[in-house]
Amino acid sequence: MKKILRINMKTQKAVSELADQSLELFGGRGLIAKILHQEVDAATDPLGPENKLIVCPGLFADTSAPCSGRISVGGKSPLTRTIKESNSGGTMAKRMAALNLHGLILEDHPAQDEWFVLLIDDSGVEFLPAAPFLGMNNYQLSEELRKSLGSDISIASIGLAGERGYLNSSIQFTDLDGHPSRAAARGGLGALMGSKKVKAIVFKDTKKSDWNYADKEEFLSSNRAYVKAIMAHPFSGKGLPALGTALLVNVTNEMGILPTHNFSRGRWEHAEDISGERIAELQAKRGGNMTHICHRGCVIKCSQVYNDEDGKYLTSGFEYETIGLFGSNCGIRDIDVIARLDKLCDDLGVDTMDAACAISMCMEAGMIEFGDAEGALQLAQQMVEGTELGRILGNGTLATGKHLGVKRIPTVKGQAMAAYDPRGLKGLGVTYATSPMGADHTAGNSIGEHSVAGTCKDGQVELSKNLQVAMTLFDNLGLCIFAGICCDDPANLEHLVRMAAGKFGGNWDLNRLMGIGVQTLILEKQFNKMAGFTDADDRLPEFMYSEVLESVDTTFDISDEDLAQTLYFGGS
Amino acid sequence: MKITVKLFATLRIGRFKQEDRDYPDGFTCQQIAEDLGIKVDELGIVLVNGHHASVDHVLSDGDALSFLALVGGG
Repeated sequence: MKKILRINMKTQKAVSELADQSLELFGGRGLIAKILHQEVDAATDPLGPENKLIVCPGLFADTSAPCSGRISVGGKSPLTRTIKESNSGGTMAKRMAALNLHGLILEDHPAQDEWFVLLIDDSGVEFLPAAPFLGMNNYQLSEELRKSLGSDISIASIGLAGERGYLNSSIQFTDLDGHPSRAAARGGLGALMGSKKVKAIVFKDTKKSDWNYADKEEFLSSNRAYVKAIMAHPFSGKGLPALGTALLVNVTNEMGILPTHNFSRGRWEHAEDISGERIAELQAKRGGNMTHICHRGCVIKCSQVYNDEDGKYLTSGFEYETIGLFGSNCGIRDIDVIARLDKLCDDLGVDTMDAACAISMCMEAGMIEFGDAEGALQLAQQMVEGTELGRILGNGTLATGKHLGVKRIPTVKGQAMAAYDPRGLKGLGVTYATSPMGADHTAGNSIGEHSVAGTCKDGQVELSKNLQVAMTLFDNLGLCIFAGICCDDPANLEHLVRMAAGKFGGNWDLNRLMGIGVQTLILEKQFNKMAGFTDADDRLPEFMYSEVLESVDTTFDISDEDLAQTLYFGGS
Repeated sequence: MKITVKLFATLRIGRFKQEDRDYPDGFTCQQIAEDLGIKVDELGIVLVNGHHASVDHVLSDGDALSFLALVGGG
């Protein structure tokens, strides 16, 4: 039976308890929703002692399923004040699975202003004083932790942003090279970890790959077929390994939905300069790597190592969202500057998307011009230094926009949109509006749907609903959502059903599998309702309804009534 | 008829970014894809003059045709 590790920061005691049988089919995002629902008052202060930080691998973490090493982190969000799950690559999920851990729950606050590094292995939890590491950002911190605790460790850490309680703080996870380049970025969970005075959570030494299955042969044969399907798909088998997610730059630009100058245009004349093709060309000369894995068990390899002009490591996990929002949306053409901003955000420990949109707020307000790369770097540096403006920027897009009196703030429930303009991709617009997470492209992105035009109003609510259920399932399984792209062919979903049967035993069909996604969404919506959110919060910002996006010649015109139907599961 | 064909993402590999090409009148998007050796199951969104189109859309002289590879978001 799996265990849950409760770590109380007030008493500095850890208890390992058997996970209740009723939690067996809640993993990752679903387990977070279940625990928060049972144990945390939805009205609580996100940075108060009653909130909990929960870290969970997915239901398939203890299997050989492809791309099954994603780690979910959650709690009540300091940024959105909704329920929050944010997931990341890295190496921690498989180590937790090897310890038979279903989840880890950080509770309460230390009574004194005393910070800790939590060191976890099969002998238990050690509360190490974090004093020697305070004030460090994530890259230096991970190096120092390896010097002090050994090289074979997995780290989840916060930089200065989390120490200072920036509402846009991330939790950074180390990748297979030890770089803290993978992020549970969204929703300010780094501030939640900082409120508990935990500088880093470190898992040591544990590795295992002989997992238990109800029916091993059934699991493995379906698993082989599923891996084959992922690799046969043109996007997950060919496009992503060649160009990474940045291949989307030219695609969204052609579709007219690449956010440009704070979502005022959908096409940018300099898109090629920041494209995946451009990055691949540069990295071929600089000895970078375009085909890199972000977590153990990944078969797609869409991450990369981005080297600077001198051929030295600059950053990795450099994604389309970061590139679009710092690039076209801030008007920055120089891909090296965007890569430096990515590195700065990972190091400081802030979400790149909300940080980029916060900087575009300064551009919209006229503090600096769109396209001012040097100005953007200086503003980002202020977040590191902790100046007054830097601290406002560190609180994300909404805080910055409001502070500067900006009218066009591209957020939903306080979280910035990703690099897809929802006016030309209305299915994703519905997801931005209705996801319990706030504007979140990973909650159900309709860009892969090519039978319905993204500019067309009809069918988008149903599309978003189906995608949100499927993505929530993947977030429960702990699978990368790119491992689900091949499920556009329903025959491949059947392999996943058989894998669930092989892992857990019993009778499985598609409804039971998708029910995992539905039950999680219902819990999340209930939590938000108890936190005071209503249907009226499920809206895009006003300018998306009133301003025509010229490149697609339409506004966001899905009615409030239709939005309210999206995640209506009968009485939820 | 003259058609400006633009290719995106992996469809460019071994082909081109953009070319003006001659096709017989009445050709559909799918026939042009086949001419370029692009399988329909590799094809994501098809745009004609910037607007979403189906693969059996019949093209007119001077149209700009964009083939986007099958993608997903994340």
